[in-house]
Amino acid sequence: MDLTRRTLLKTQAAAAAATAAGVSLPAEAQNIPTGEDIKLQWSKAPCRFCGTGCGVMVGVKDGRVVATHGDMQAEVNRGLNCVKGYFLSKIMYGADRLTQPLMRMKNGQFAKDGEFQPVSWDQAFDEMARQFKRVLKEKGPEAVGMFGSGQWTIWEGYAASKLMRAGFRTNNLDPNARHCMASAAVTFIRTFGMDEPMGCYDDFEHADAFVLWGSNMAEMHPILWTRITDRRLSNPHVRIATLSTYEHRTTDLSDAAIVFKPGTDLAIMNYIANHIIQTGAVNREFLDKHVNIRMANTDIGYGLRPEHVLEQRAQHANDAQVSHPSNFEAYAKLMSEYTLERASELSGVPKEKLEALAKLYADPKVKVMSLWTMGFNQHVRGVWANHMIYNLHLMTGKISEPGNSPFSLTGQPSACGTAREVGTFAHRLPADMQVANPEHRKHAEEIWKLPHGLLPAKVGYHAVQQDRMLKDGKLNAYWIMCNNNLQTAPNTNNETYPGYRNPANFVVVSDPYPTVTAMAADLILPTAMWVEKEGAYGNAERRTHFWHQLVNAPGEARSDLWQLMEFSKRFTTDEAWPKEILDARPEYKGKTLFDVLFANGEVNKFPVSELDPAYENRESKEFGFYVQKGLFEEYAAFGRGHGHDLAPFDTYHQVRGLRWPVVEGKETLWRYREGLDPYVEKGAGLQFYGNPDKKANLVAAPYEPPAETPDAEYDLWLVTGRVLEHWHSGSMTLRVPELYKAFSGAVLFMHPDDAAKRNLRRGQEVRIISRRGEIRSRVETRGRNKMPPGVVFVPFFDASQLINKVTLDATDPISKQTDFKKCAVKVVLAATADAGGVQ
Amino acid sequence: MRRSVFAVLVAAVPLFAAGAILAQDAPRLRGPEPFTRETPAPPMQRQITDDVRVTRNYPDQPPVIPHSIEGYAVDLNANKCMSCHARKFTEQSQAPMISVTHYQDRAGNTLGGLAPRRYVCVACHVPQTTARPLVENVFTDMDALTEPEGQAQRRQR
Repeated sequence: MDLTRRTLLKTQAAAAAATAAGVSLPAEAQNIPTGEDIKLQWSKAPCRFCGTGCGVMVGVKDGRVVATHGDMQAEVNRGLNCVKGYFLSKIMYGADRLTQPLMRMKNGQFAKDGEFQPVSWDQAFDEMARQFKRVLKEKGPEAVGMFGSGQWTIWEGYAASKLMRAGFRTNNLDPNARHCMASAAVTFIRTFGMDEPMGCYDDFEHADAFVLWGSNMAEMHPILWTRITDRRLSNPHVRIATLSTYEHRTTDLSDAAIVFKPGTDLAIMNYIANHIIQTGAVNREFLDKHVNIRMANTDIGYGLRPEHVLEQRAQHANDAQVSHPSNFEAYAKLMSEYTLERASELSGVPKEKLEALAKLYADPKVKVMSLWTMGFNQHVRGVWANHMIYNLHLMTGKISEPGNSPFSLTGQPSACGTAREVGTFAHRLPADMQVANPEHRKHAEEIWKLPHGLLPAKVGYHAVQQDRMLKDGKLNAYWIMCNNNLQTAPNTNNETYPGYRNPANFVVVSDPYPTVTAMAADLILPTAMWVEKEGAYGNAERRTHFWHQLVNAPGEARSDLWQLMEFSKRFTTDEAWPKEILDARPEYKGKTLFDVLFANGEVNKFPVSELDPAYENRESKEFGFYVQKGLFEEYAAFGRGHGHDLAPFDTYHQVRGLRWPVVEGKETLWRYREGLDPYVEKGAGLQFYGNPDKKANLVAAPYEPPAETPDAEYDLWLVTGRVLEHWHSGSMTLRVPELYKAFSGAVLFMHPDDAAKRNLRRGQEVRIISRRGEIRSRVETRGRNKMPPGVVFVPFFDASQLINKVTLDATDPISKQTDFKKCAVKVVLAATADAGGVQ
Repeated sequence: MRRSVFAVLVAAVPLFAAGAILAQDAPRLRGPEPFTRETPAPPMQRQITDDVRVTRNYPDQPPVIPHSIEGYAVDLNANKCMSCHARKFTEQSQAPMISVTHYQDRAGNTLGGLAPRRYVCVACHVPQTTARPLVENVFTDMDALTEPEGQAQRRQR
């Protein structure tokens, strides 16, 4: 279809001749299109990728997305996107998009060992309903589960939570966000009684120092990094300190690159606390007025299977989350063990670097913004690490004001908006409420207009536990939506894949593309993505933002929301709820789950006449009411008046997002500070009102070592992670040729001396072997990541190099988040590799 | 016409579009079959260094880099990219000048040099390797939609 050189020249010659002659040619003979032809319909949307939440303008022509660019009006990014964001236009157009359901079949029937064959939605849902009903009947609600996503839209997560908890009466619902920021989310609640940061991105323009803990922002949050580099390069007094286990693009632009031994960040933070105490830099007035001091239980294990020797040996593996009231003197005494000498010795960081870092926190005149991502959260002591950073900010009072800001970054576009705020974790309900709290369940039952006693109290299986229970045959009907868990879960060969192929289990995967996970399922449901549906995300600074459906999904692909709601029609309350509940409330008898969950008088309150006529909305037209608006308004009732206030639905379609709580039409930039947050009482100055006593909790903990440490045989630390050009497991970005060609496959980043010691040269094929499994990769001794000796890095986006076959399924015992950053491996040349050492 | 081309491509994908998979290293998308099998790692790909400009997919796409950037410093002391792409060096380097947008700060004010927020070039501009795409991308260039009807038809022939 390309214009050939010959026709181009001919057209241009004709145009030139016509101009010379003073005549105008018919439209088809012009060399440049004009008028209506070149008009595009532009609409706003948030980016589909990370938790930054950049605004994007999307250009549509003839039902196709043909262009995107950074939204000049979006506060977050003001016209900028990263390279992934600039290529959003192409993520929906991989030629292998799934366009119809596919089921494993043999002789025209479902068979676990069958081959994938196209089926209709009816056939797919019939078999799926049959399997779910079988499991519900034989084993009960605890054998049903779902693995969801921080990429779900707000209403998708909300609909899933209703279907699982109220429909199927199970809390076996967890998001992939468990792998990504559970440690941050759990520690927010433990410290402040409320989830999510007190500050916002405006802190970037106010801080004097940025300290990055286990965060390579230049690659993983590139647009936020532009705001930091802008601040640093525009204001010479500003300093950036980056703590990491290797050097990378972020350290390239940092004033201090602090490379420490894996896991010893705990000791460094406790040293800084000790420095603050010893130098008299504690803000005692702030501490006495606003902070409780507690001591954590120690020796808490590593979240492995209970029979593992490390769990057997741990004193507090079963009550890891418990902490005890304490006082400043006890805290100071514990911290006094972390001298400069000891911290330097443990971490391998020179003393002067540590001391300079401590001074940034201790100096009352320096406004400090601490930022962290996966290095902190994917940590067997991730909750402690999060506590320790808050401890520094609480001790110095550097919190809840412009520029003084401990700030947890998120990796997924709606990790905050959906996974956390909606509450799709196994232990959570909307607006920070907990399933284990009877008052909270009662409140949810009231808002959902459901019988009392319906919602289950037992905390469900978290992500890693779901995999273990699938393998053990205790979780049997399983729906995976909007994630690629077989590529991203830890220790997949031993703990994830066996569960998916366990003959006792029926596994459904909803995805736009045939991912690794989809290929291991029994039923694949083709899914609409991004602007193929109306959506809402919540980013890392509490910003809720919306978009309209701009194009139709290909073939029979349908949104997750449609799938959840349509599937609910196939169950009656009699099939899913206990007899006692229905006998007590007979008006619920004989209804479908769709009737009681979605046609409940609230969710179906808004007619389709309220839809914006400029945009398509497939779900609403099909169900006969404005689905997204009804779900959102019902959900917003949980948080309004309780510090989580969301604006009216229609407002969000007009603005570039708003940061909650939105009170009287105004967003809140900094929480807990009088004058900035309307929830703080007059005259109080500052209130951490998430907790009943309006104080924050400083929780003290020691340094404890990682679950696995290199030894004589497995002699290297393995760190896994991401690269700028590919997003997480790569299912979208690998299908964009320009992004694939920018980073064409995973490599093993290694220090040149480590390579030389093993007689390896750059580019050679190697085996990366752990006690759990192995993969093959290629050695990279140059490039963007500069490894210290003894540490190697492998990104996880490449499905042909599934590094999570190698990782360890050790988790933080409190947050249940996996430590993907620390396990022991050996690396040998592929050709001469010895076969021993691996089962 | 162009719609039917798209329809054919979609119709050709009922079952994992065997035909649409282009490169040998397709396990990169879907993993090994079965999952537990170990796959060899394909060789590392060579960088494209021909200095030939590549058409953008749409006007706002940051152009890809048609040369090697290995060893280029982009740190607090230096920005190697600007030694050719800065306005004052483009005559001698014959490299494209950085876009006018790159002189604007967050508020849209034009500055006297590269805006600090645009300092990290590689956040948006990436080099390319010779790797063949793993799967065809059926994104439609706006020119295929915006050109007058007659011309598009002539081209189909």
